[in-house]
Amino acid sequence: MSKAIELSLAAFAGLLALFMAAGAQDAVYEFHAYLFFIVAVLVAFWLIGRDVTAADPDSYMDGPVRLGVLATVFWGIVGFLVGVVAASQLAWPDLNIEPWFNFGRVRPLHTSAVVFAFGGNALLCTSFYVVQRTCRARLFGGDLAWFVFWGYQFFIVLAATGYLLGNSQSKEYAEPEWYIDLWLTIVWVAYLIVFLGTILRRKEPHIYVANWFYLSFIVTVAMLHVVNALAIPVSLTGSKSYSLFSGVQDALTQWWYGHNAVGFFLTAGFLGMMYYFVPKQAERPVYSYRLSIVHFWSLIFLYIWAGPHHLHYTALPDWAQTLGMVFSIMLWMPSWGGMINGLMTLSGAWDKIRTDPIIRMMVMALAFYGMSTFEGPMMSVKSVNALSHYTDWTIGHVHSGALGWVGMISFGAIYFLVPRLYGREKLYSLRMVNWHFWLATLGIAAYAGVMWVSGIMQGLMWREYDPEGFLVYSFAETVDAMHPFYVARTFAGVLYLAGGLVMAYNVAMTIMGRERNEQPIVTAAAQPA
Amino acid sequence: MTYESLRQAADSWGLLYMVIIFLGVIAYTFRPGGRKSADDAAAIPLKED
Repeated sequence: MSKAIELSLAAFAGLLALFMAAGAQDAVYEFHAYLFFIVAVLVAFWLIGRDVTAADPDSYMDGPVRLGVLATVFWGIVGFLVGVVAASQLAWPDLNIEPWFNFGRVRPLHTSAVVFAFGGNALLCTSFYVVQRTCRARLFGGDLAWFVFWGYQFFIVLAATGYLLGNSQSKEYAEPEWYIDLWLTIVWVAYLIVFLGTILRRKEPHIYVANWFYLSFIVTVAMLHVVNALAIPVSLTGSKSYSLFSGVQDALTQWWYGHNAVGFFLTAGFLGMMYYFVPKQAERPVYSYRLSIVHFWSLIFLYIWAGPHHLHYTALPDWAQTLGMVFSIMLWMPSWGGMINGLMTLSGAWDKIRTDPIIRMMVMALAFYGMSTFEGPMMSVKSVNALSHYTDWTIGHVHSGALGWVGMISFGAIYFLVPRLYGREKLYSLRMVNWHFWLATLGIAAYAGVMWVSGIMQGLMWREYDPEGFLVYSFAETVDAMHPFYVARTFAGVLYLAGGLVMAYNVAMTIMGRERNEQPIVTAAAQPA
Repeated sequence: MTYESLRQAADSWGLLYMVIIFLGVIAYTFRPGGRKSADDAAAIPLKED
């Protein structure tokens, strides 16, 4: 695009923002309109000063990847910290500071920060890195990749400030209001264009399996987001909107979205990461490429039907509940096939688990992928769900997947990428990676263990009847019984956050070109003869 | 198009269509000679930097 067209687009956006602010019907909308205006002005200045000389088409475009890694670390710390705050609020309710920082607003801030800000940035930057290397082609669309990166950060800021100021369309993991949804749609389509365009102009004839996983993540999330967010705004200059769906249709659409956000955002996307970074770090090809293709297609064909297991024993027809349960159980097979494929990539190089803390992190991620994809299908069985649903057990399950699988595989990728992206020979400190590994692993193990005990106790207390048929415990008594577990869970979260801070320090020092004076992980004496 | 007709299309022809495509993909993956091209593909990430 010519500079004139780009500048007039920025000017149009700025004008639009001013009109939005002038007509704003509520304070949140007005605040966001002014933010939009500031962004449009900044973009205009950037466009004026931009260097328009064409980049070498044979080189890779790593600018957005470099910043994306930093954004991942930054949003990760924010998300973990907000998680600790939310956990503390449950343990000590006095910490609910009205109105901005009560639990109802902090909770979506935590989930969106870890899933979309931390996880999303990790996927964005690794997908840009991987697609270029495995296609041997520069990112398609020139500065469109920068638009995707900054547009996504703007989405995160709009969503986060919206929650704290009291905005929500009350759909779990899809809380942002209609105009933020529209903005995300624009950014996401641009993401698809960049990614698909790069694949189309690849020099490598075959499309490597990691790209299939990334592409399925991008396409499916687009579909899920657009359908679930269908809503009619009350006014074009107000933030409130009403969903197009109601009743059980709304519930099913929401969990079709919600479960596939887990399936395609938190699973397929990060599997793409796994299928590139595990072979790279292990310096061996994936154990079975054909198994990875079977893994991909069975995941794609099965996952999309599993959503109704979130609605057991509700107004949803019984057959739909059973369908969701059956497909969830079938998911066992591809999930474990994928886990085995990742782990067996190390066959013949098992010593790396001892000598390379980054590999250790990736192996732990795969172990948690296996554990949470075992636990999930089990919890989708209706009789198990009767006990587990609405209890802390679900929270524990989600965190073993999110902290264990998503978190650990992302940390592994970050440690792989930082020295390469910033032209450093190696990381500042491998021993600190080891510290991060143990802090995170202990944090997850404590978190999941505590939530199992607390969740099963909660479920059993809810269903305890006396011989006359009356409930034995009031709801408040179950809450009281969970207090020690809430305190322990907060501590587990602090451990995980501490691991994140160790990583941030390590990454910062690596970028500054420092190397820590330390003993190597494996000393000569520890080497087998 | 009613709910009933849509549901019947989904659990008969729709189901068959999906199963055939899935089995076709799996059969293609395990075709004779598939191992060679799979091994080549598996080496893609290790070729460069």
